[in-house]
Amino acid sequence: MAQVRVTVDGVNYADDVEPRTLLVHYLRERLGKTGTLVGCDTSNCGACTVHLNGQSVKSCSVLAVQADGAEVTTIEGIACDGKLHPVQEAFNEKHALQCGYCTPGMIMQAIDLLGDNPDPDEQEVREGIEGNLCRCTGYQNIVRAVQSAAQKMKPGSPAQTDTPVSVAGGGN
Amino acid sequence: MTTTADPTTLEFGKARTRKEDARLITGRTKFTDAINLHGMLHLHVVRSPLAHATITGVDKTAAEASPGVIGVYTAADLGVEGVGLPCAWPITPDMKSPQRPLLAHTTVHFAGEGVAVVLARSAAEARDAADLVEVDYEPLEPVLNMEDALKEGATLVHPDLGTNENATWVFDSGAAGTGSSIDEAISAAEADADSIVLKRRFIQQRLIPAFMEPRACVVDPTGEQITVWAATQVPHILRTMTTVTLGVPESKLRVIAPDVGGGFGGKIGVLPEEMLCVALAQKTGKPIKWNETRSESLLAAHHGRDQIQDITITAKRDGTVTGLDVHLLADMGAYLGLVGPGVPILGAFMFNSIYKFPALKFTCTNVFTTKTLTDAYRGAGRPEATFAIERIMDELAVELGIEPMELRKKNWITHEEFPFTTVVGLTYDSGNYEQATAQAMEAFDYAGLRREQEERRASGDKVQLGIGISTFTEMCGLAPSRVLGSLSYGAGGWEAASIRMLATGKVEVITGASAHGQGHETAFSQIVADQLGVPFEDVEVLHGDTQISPKGLDTYGSRSLVVGGIAIVKAAEKVVAKAKKIAAHLLEASEDDIEFSGGTFTVKGTDKGKAIQEIAFAAFMAHDYPEDMEPNLDADAVYDPENFSYPHGTHLAAVEIDTETGRVNLRKYVCVDDIGTVVNPLIVEGQVHGGLAQGIAQALFEEANYDDQGTLVNGTFVDYTLPSAADLPSFDTSTVSTPATSNPLGVKGVGEAGTIASTPAIVNSVIDALRHLGVTNVEMPCTSQRVWRAIQEAKGNTTQETPIDTHSPGAGLGSIDPNNPQGEVQ
Amino acid sequence: MIPSKFDYVKPASVAEAVQALADGGDDAKILAGGQSLIPVLRLRLAAPSVIIDLGGIAELRGIREDGDHIAIGAMTSYHDIVRDDLVKQHVALLGQATETVADNQVRHRGTLGGSLAHADPAGDLGAPALALDAQMVIAGASGTRTVGAAEFFVDYFTTAIGDGEILTEIRFPKYTGWGSHYEKFNRTAQAWSMCAVAAAIKVDGGTISEARVGLTNMGTTPIRATGVEQALVGQPATADAVRAAAERATEGTAAPSDADAAADYREHLAKVLTGRAVLAAAG
Repeated sequence: MAQVRVTVDGVNYADDVEPRTLLVHYLRERLGKTGTLVGCDTSNCGACTVHLNGQSVKSCSVLAVQADGAEVTTIEGIACDGKLHPVQEAFNEKHALQCGYCTPGMIMQAIDLLGDNPDPDEQEVREGIEGNLCRCTGYQNIVRAVQSAAQKMKPGSPAQTDTPVSVAGGGN
Repeated sequence: MTTTADPTTLEFGKARTRKEDARLITGRTKFTDAINLHGMLHLHVVRSPLAHATITGVDKTAAEASPGVIGVYTAADLGVEGVGLPCAWPITPDMKSPQRPLLAHTTVHFAGEGVAVVLARSAAEARDAADLVEVDYEPLEPVLNMEDALKEGATLVHPDLGTNENATWVFDSGAAGTGSSIDEAISAAEADADSIVLKRRFIQQRLIPAFMEPRACVVDPTGEQITVWAATQVPHILRTMTTVTLGVPESKLRVIAPDVGGGFGGKIGVLPEEMLCVALAQKTGKPIKWNETRSESLLAAHHGRDQIQDITITAKRDGTVTGLDVHLLADMGAYLGLVGPGVPILGAFMFNSIYKFPALKFTCTNVFTTKTLTDAYRGAGRPEATFAIERIMDELAVELGIEPMELRKKNWITHEEFPFTTVVGLTYDSGNYEQATAQAMEAFDYAGLRREQEERRASGDKVQLGIGISTFTEMCGLAPSRVLGSLSYGAGGWEAASIRMLATGKVEVITGASAHGQGHETAFSQIVADQLGVPFEDVEVLHGDTQISPKGLDTYGSRSLVVGGIAIVKAAEKVVAKAKKIAAHLLEASEDDIEFSGGTFTVKGTDKGKAIQEIAFAAFMAHDYPEDMEPNLDADAVYDPENFSYPHGTHLAAVEIDTETGRVNLRKYVCVDDIGTVVNPLIVEGQVHGGLAQGIAQALFEEANYDDQGTLVNGTFVDYTLPSAADLPSFDTSTVSTPATSNPLGVKGVGEAGTIASTPAIVNSVIDALRHLGVTNVEMPCTSQRVWRAIQEAKGNTTQETPIDTHSPGAGLGSIDPNNPQGEVQ
Repeated sequence: MIPSKFDYVKPASVAEAVQALADGGDDAKILAGGQSLIPVLRLRLAAPSVIIDLGGIAELRGIREDGDHIAIGAMTSYHDIVRDDLVKQHVALLGQATETVADNQVRHRGTLGGSLAHADPAGDLGAPALALDAQMVIAGASGTRTVGAAEFFVDYFTTAIGDGEILTEIRFPKYTGWGSHYEKFNRTAQAWSMCAVAAAIKVDGGTISEARVGLTNMGTTPIRATGVEQALVGQPATADAVRAAAERATEGTAAPSDADAAADYREHLAKVLTGRAVLAAAG
């Protein structure tokens, strides 16, 4: 057993884990953060994407012990005081999800992308989410949603002031 | 209690954002793997690495001693050697059906088949112990090639059947009286200098549905009913089939499909793992969870397509088609899936597509191989048919020197000719191929792209442009029960719905359809809001739990709206009829004088009226209601369609091919679909986008291959290459509408259209780009390598044969040498 | 999806890591970014008894200018390399190749040292390291030694890093003012390279004065296309001249055959992509 101390969605946890425990399994099974999903076993699908110290990672490819001392944000931690993150809103408005299984990872990666590139063109969005597979949408509405969220998150837009800073900061 | 919807703003046709999104975008979901129960045990399946082998011994000793292990079980240990999984579609009376066991007990028939299971206190402990189960095998010859499998003396997958042929199913329009004889059509064409007989072979490669949520189930035996949560499209069918398979009384089973992460046909099965969980839950008295990995899913979940198509078309030199002869070989894999043998048969009626063939014959032989079984995958039989007819129409156009769209126009059913009974006896109720095509060609700039193509050809540009057409139709809304009966299908095709008017005027709608991404909660709310004149927000759609929705036939075959939606309309009509009686009573008017509009019952010619919510409350109070009725507005309906529905559309693709590397770049995709009346354009657009992506993926990216030992070589997402966002363009999609006349909403279904239509459009465009170089065919998927080889061969250059084995040093993750796993890895 | 059991140590210095490696013996495995190792563990293609996580060693991260070299700590992430101004200015080819590796999430975790030590011939960073004559600094019980990229790559998944040794730093000579390009060809955007070409070119007055070309996935190791380099020097930076030189791209290669690309197709691609990479590098 190894000890992991980690802050997940703003809450501090300390747990003993087997070193082999993947971060995604720790989140789901120990912390009950079942919003983060597992879609493959080769790091291709991105369904398990979370933010680790502000950067998107595939939580199936990080050991829980590697997250010791880190801050983790999951899909369950990006809405603020009941208000959805602009990317969440945009996914609903643009019908960017169907079965919803890729959605948590897709949203977390989209937030990271917008942190790096606040105004991406279509190709930049497509490349920015290339590590997240979706089988339902053909990606078109996901691309629309990310671009729409980018507009909402621009400085001066009404939504922007309500955006949690740590999340809007995304990949930085 | 007087709130009603504004009658001027009908929900029907409105681009409502989805109700179901709220939980999905916030992670408040309940996918099956999120269900955890006290004392739950975890199941892991020990799978055969060999395709075909005799099991000579199973040593469980080490595994049983592994920490946390409750037990290790073979079929014999569980006493389930005699249990077979169901196939519900015996396509012919003499169809050969091997028993499909829960676990292989004497012989394994495909790589990935379960041989034993480990039950342990944690998933990790079950996984650890599975490595310690030692199974001894005596290898047998794998059976991999359908044509070889049918030859005299071939190794038999199931020796007791005496053959590898599952069944041969024939439809002959001459014999059926729905058209003339194909033999005569071919003889006539051969004898006629003004006619042509053209033969082509097309290969439908094997695909994997690859829903994003791997399959899972949890079984809780601790209540009066055994509760099964399953990642399934078909909770109702699963309940009935669990009874059929294991003998548990249906009334003692509750099946719940919680949030389900996609299906595409891939989750219509009744799984050995589900049955094993039920059996072990009964045996141990503990809740059992099974959760597959992606690799297991690719290996063992049913696959789709996999046909060899030999097509003969006859035509006059002016382009008029005179006959179509279809010979299929369809790979069933090692066993029959729930509807597997019928999947190619669903295509039988679609080969004639939108064209006026006078003669058609369809012959399909299903073949057993030692591969993973095949069953429904998005479109199920109809994409294969559409591919073959749209490809051969292009081939015919080339042979005859006729522009491919002109050839189609010459042969299609014109809009004045509906309703039109086709050569296979189906009656197409409505459609307008001219309108969809005209609109698509304009949006596509068909003429402009043809000009550009000419210029690129003339200048010998290294990047060549190809244009591909697919004018498709499909039969969906599965299905009229009587038709299914005539095809020996083991169930009806109806759907059930119930509507409950709650005391406070809110509405609960119960549907037997089982959504897993389709947006039923939203679309059905829109329908009910209009039917009952209540606000969209006041409607709650309940589904996916046999205790809540006891009756249903679930979701597949683009049926949920076309069948399930109509059942809801029928239930709503009954609610309104009941409410009308009470309204007349309360308003002291004759029922004949009551009008219902926008949620309000009014007395004709007066301003006296009552909202439906008031009537619901009055029925709940039951202080004052007509003597000849019960005090309730609730209603049930079961709707059995009279006909299929026939969406159609014109899909146009433009690809650029880098002739130096063979890379295909999809530059433009335009489609105009007629799916009848549209309930929610946002959802429709999403369905089309996703369908297109899957059809395009068949054309360009995906294939499930086996090596000569019968090992699946595309066993992870590294090797089974789903397209990402960076591999696809944006599509230009739109709709036109000729409402279906076969149902009161005029709807036709949209779930499969994009997938059915797009594959031939892409392949036609690839070949169109290369045709002037001498290329006549490129097998799917049209990878850069295949395209490059086709160009080389057309030039007369011989090229190397491509090995099927992907495990070479430089293929990424899949390349990790299993014999040298300790290689330097950081 | 669940790795076999292992012990875990997280040393705070290179010396501690080397000691841990000695203690761990043959079954010890170094964890850098983990983007190849953890998937391999999940699939149980490896089952080390102990994992030594280099993530706690601050000195292994970072990019610095060191005289006429750019020195990159082995644990520096792809993400940081892609964004680094020193890399952009002096070793642009490395940044360009790194940007094509996998996807954003993987680039946040994956490291240069991890990739080079893993030595998958389909990996994208070996070819630029080889073409640019990178120097690998390797620490062991008896101190550090430096190995040139040409000697570093031994076979597939095999490098000059010995038992008990750790790759700590990668040093690149400066290629300030050179043009460069990484031309990658794969089946889908997130797939590994079927074939890729790393090219750095110095053009003086329209003539190629120096050329460095490396090939990805054309043998069991990254391969230096010396024939192409020789053919390019002194030639005008024109399409015809470059394509003629690119015909030599397959010299010394041993292209693998797999379902994505049999050897003849890979060889063809190597020539075409070399031409494209060099032309793009030459601007």
